[in-house]
Amino acid sequence: MIAALICVISIAALLQFFVSYSRSVIAAYQKSELSEQVREVAGIDGERVTSEQFGQLVQLVRLCPQKNDDQSDLAVVRVYYRMMGWLGVMARSIAPAIYKWAEDERISCTYFAAVALDRRIAYSRALLAQQMSDQ
Amino acid sequence: MLGPLDYVFALLSLIAEVYLVVCLCVSRNRLRYISLNIYMLAAVGVTIAQDAAWHHFGLRSPIYAYVYYYTDALLTISLFFVIMSFYHQVFQQMGAGKYVRWGSVLLLSATAFLSYLIVRRMPAYQVKTQFVVEMSQNLYFVGVVLTYLLWGAVITLRETRTRLIQLILALGIFFSADAAGYALYNLFPGLETNFLKWIPPVMGTFLPLAWAYTFTRIPEEARLATARVATRAAVQQMAAHQHS
Repeated sequence: MIAALICVISIAALLQFFVSYSRSVIAAYQKSELSEQVREVAGIDGERVTSEQFGQLVQLVRLCPQKNDDQSDLAVVRVYYRMMGWLGVMARSIAPAIYKWAEDERISCTYFAAVALDRRIAYSRALLAQQMSDQ
Repeated sequence: MLGPLDYVFALLSLIAEVYLVVCLCVSRNRLRYISLNIYMLAAVGVTIAQDAAWHHFGLRSPIYAYVYYYTDALLTISLFFVIMSFYHQVFQQMGAGKYVRWGSVLLLSATAFLSYLIVRRMPAYQVKTQFVVEMSQNLYFVGVVLTYLLWGAVITLRETRTRLIQLILALGIFFSADAAGYALYNLFPGLETNFLKWIPPVMGTFLPLAWAYTFTRIPEEARLATARVATRAAVQQMAAHQHS
């Protein structure tokens, strides 16, 4: 009985801590503006990104040279994006408010991936410029 | 038989722990995080001791089991001092830190006593092993409760230090995953071989890695609006969607 109670409370706390942790990682990237260059590369039209672009953006991020400082962020956000995907699927017909919230969270994840791509492109350019100047 | 993943987790956690010790030793804020540094030093020692017992006596030997569970329990208790130092940082301006410290010590003593009462009625040959599993589950759960209360205080007091927020949240993930893992082991021992055995190594690697990341990437002066990350904000967002 005690073990069952501990199990339920711990899983609920784990979900809450994980959601807050992921939101704290994403929040650090929300302040950045997307450059025209990344919009062009990723095919982003208008002000907002869509949640479906996440996979494509992550693939593009992987193609860029690693900056080594966003790898763990990316891993956390990918897990969070998937979790929100499952939540959205489960809540779609029974709780539209939860579905909309999960969709907003997935859009935040996509924006995070776009900012990560932007930073990696800037890093690649800096590397290239450095190599050119060394030659 | 150990697989390559066991070695990967053991090596990764050791590297992250050593990195964190070095990182904190050269940092300007080494005194602020002294309990965290002591914990990490102890974690390095425990990882080496567990690996040595693993190689000398084998994974299935009772000696390895004793070394594993008892050093893990001691490490968890030393992690409570890290939580207390976080409480101290959060309540520094209110001067309420000493009450929280006494509360934590009382809670810890009550946990040890209750765990002993639960296993006292068991047959003598089961007491030692059952006690450590029961004790670990309860210790981790006390950790969940303490971290949850701390997180509640962070939200209520609108603490904005990003580094502190991420350190606390990573600790919360560590404690709650381990507590849930031990509770599931108590409920369904059959799950241990396939699934539950991975929780302690994964979490044992996650915590030093997440902390190492926080100390490397997040500067001490970085600030974050707590309201943006709290689940309360998420619930408010859902309510707004409900009304719209």
